[in-house]
Amino acid sequence: MEKMFKKIFDKKHISRTVSYLIVIVGYIIIQLMMNTVGIKNLFKSLLVPTCCYIVAALSLNLVVGVSGELSLGHSGFMSVGAFAGILVSGLLEPYLAMGWLRLLIAMLVGGVIAGIVGLLISIPVLKLQGDYLAIVTLAFCQIIKSLLNNIYLGVDNNGLHFSFVQNKVVLSNGGRMLLSGPMGATATTRLATFTAGFLLILFALLIIYNLTYSRFGRTIMAARDNRIAAESVGIHIRNTKMLAFVISAILAGMSGALFGLNYSTLQPAKFDFNLSILILVYVVLGGLGNMTGTIFATIILYVLPELLRGLQDYRMLIYSMILILIMLVTNNQSLKEKVEALILKIKTRFLKKGSVAND
Amino acid sequence: MTKLVQYPSGAYVLERDAYSTPVLETYHLGIDFGGLSAVNNFNIIVGPTEISGLIGPNGAGKTTVFNLLTKVYQPSKGTILVNGHDTSKMTTVDVNKAGVARTFQNIRLFEKMSVIDNVKVAMNNSMHYNPLSAIFRTPKYYREEKRIHQKALELLDIFNMSDLANTEAGSLPYGAQRRLEIVRALATKPSLLLLDEPAAGMNPNETKELMATIRNIRDKFNIAIILIEHDMSLVMNICEGIAVLNYGRIIAKGTPKDIQNNPVVIEAYLGKPEKED
Repeated sequence: MEKMFKKIFDKKHISRTVSYLIVIVGYIIIQLMMNTVGIKNLFKSLLVPTCCYIVAALSLNLVVGVSGELSLGHSGFMSVGAFAGILVSGLLEPYLAMGWLRLLIAMLVGGVIAGIVGLLISIPVLKLQGDYLAIVTLAFCQIIKSLLNNIYLGVDNNGLHFSFVQNKVVLSNGGRMLLSGPMGATATTRLATFTAGFLLILFALLIIYNLTYSRFGRTIMAARDNRIAAESVGIHIRNTKMLAFVISAILAGMSGALFGLNYSTLQPAKFDFNLSILILVYVVLGGLGNMTGTIFATIILYVLPELLRGLQDYRMLIYSMILILIMLVTNNQSLKEKVEALILKIKTRFLKKGSVAND
Repeated sequence: MTKLVQYPSGAYVLERDAYSTPVLETYHLGIDFGGLSAVNNFNIIVGPTEISGLIGPNGAGKTTVFNLLTKVYQPSKGTILVNGHDTSKMTTVDVNKAGVARTFQNIRLFEKMSVIDNVKVAMNNSMHYNPLSAIFRTPKYYREEKRIHQKALELLDIFNMSDLANTEAGSLPYGAQRRLEIVRALATKPSLLLLDEPAAGMNPNETKELMATIRNIRDKFNIAIILIEHDMSLVMNICEGIAVLNYGRIIAKGTPKDIQNNPVVIEAYLGKPEKED
């Protein structure tokens, strides 16, 4: 028992423990507030998207922070997951009444399909490095968007009807359009719940942390820190990076599916380059490889623009100024040292109580 | 002291290695960069427990030879055999699996990782569990992690580094970083260890310690070692065979004594014969 306690709070695992705690405590507080004092509708509507963005940012941090490759196509994977999830949920609707089960299946299918797409993309992408890799992932994001902008898919008693041209899809009576080009998915049944978002964050943290603290995490970080040295000790760089890339795509797909099922209509244009950059901002400001920071950054930076709505036109001006300020502060060396010293102080005091001879 | 005998191929190796397959053979190995031939007609045979030295003036192509042997560079011509297997078409990763490990002239550690994690990365290929059992923490994961942790600690212990196991590799003192690089290379269980200037930046005491370490490695792990070194006292003291490289060609091969008295070497490299202290 004591050993387990030690393991939860030792130097290596403390960040993991903090991440889980924050998420769980946050969830409990929000649930309590919803059931007692109540939350404004505006904030209620932000809960699920925040969860989705947190998962997307966490998964992007696996690629950018842990694996060290700049990917600008993350919204592409979310998009694939979202529309795959919406399709699955739409197709299952007549047969499966239980909403949460449909949501679960939709998220799993969205994740798997995004993972497969991620695997295919990673084959050409991981032959490149640095800026070139970033540009190709960016192109991938655009390709997915254009592709989805031109897909018309309907279902009726005769089965699925698919076309790249709008009026080619003729449905018999009782048929439904699942995807209609630039209009995207319309009349989706909203299945996403805050609890599902919370569970997805926990699942993402579980995958990312357990992978990082395993032989795979070690090789991924070794390949990031020194490519040539990693190869010289027998680490297959491409396979290693591919694992991080695919896992990241799966999680992004799952978050996309949850996101898609949170709205009754969803357009493919929602998942554009801007969204990729937005998630990247969360990751960079939260700290590369720092999952707790990513969660904080996402919550603050996603909710902030909504809080600033009262300022109307000045909203984005102030938002961008805050972004610059955060960047300056987080890059300030002397400030960083002060914070680190403070953390060390707290840690030594805290650890004295619970003897840490666990080396 | 060291007696050389002749292989059927005509090459000379140590007497104790005479009846076993050489750990490394190269035939007509060469590489051209553009029109420049950086290494040309490089032939060497290294017995399974031999400590050999590769020396030569700056820019002679010594590190290039290491990069060819580990396939960082693709040779333009020639064959490399490691334990009798042709590695000249393999990737760096496969060459390592075939039994060649190396250190680097400018230290290349995984600086942000702990010392023990540096070693564990090198032991990765001897671990057997898949990503799913890592994510869901199956008993196999715990078993394997425990096993590798123990093995890494044992290996670090041999080099008196087990108390540094949780230190960040980048924050180690210089000498310890060099040592860690050797430990990491050994963790891949090589049959041939390539050391690129292991004594660079070390004081005479540390160099002396290093000599003992290198001999220990050979005796304990039963492997062959090739080292590039400028420190002549180290080379002449511990190497059993020496090859001298100049302008990408081997200009002399033999025991330390042969090399010291070889007029070609003295002319090309040592200048005037000097007494070592």
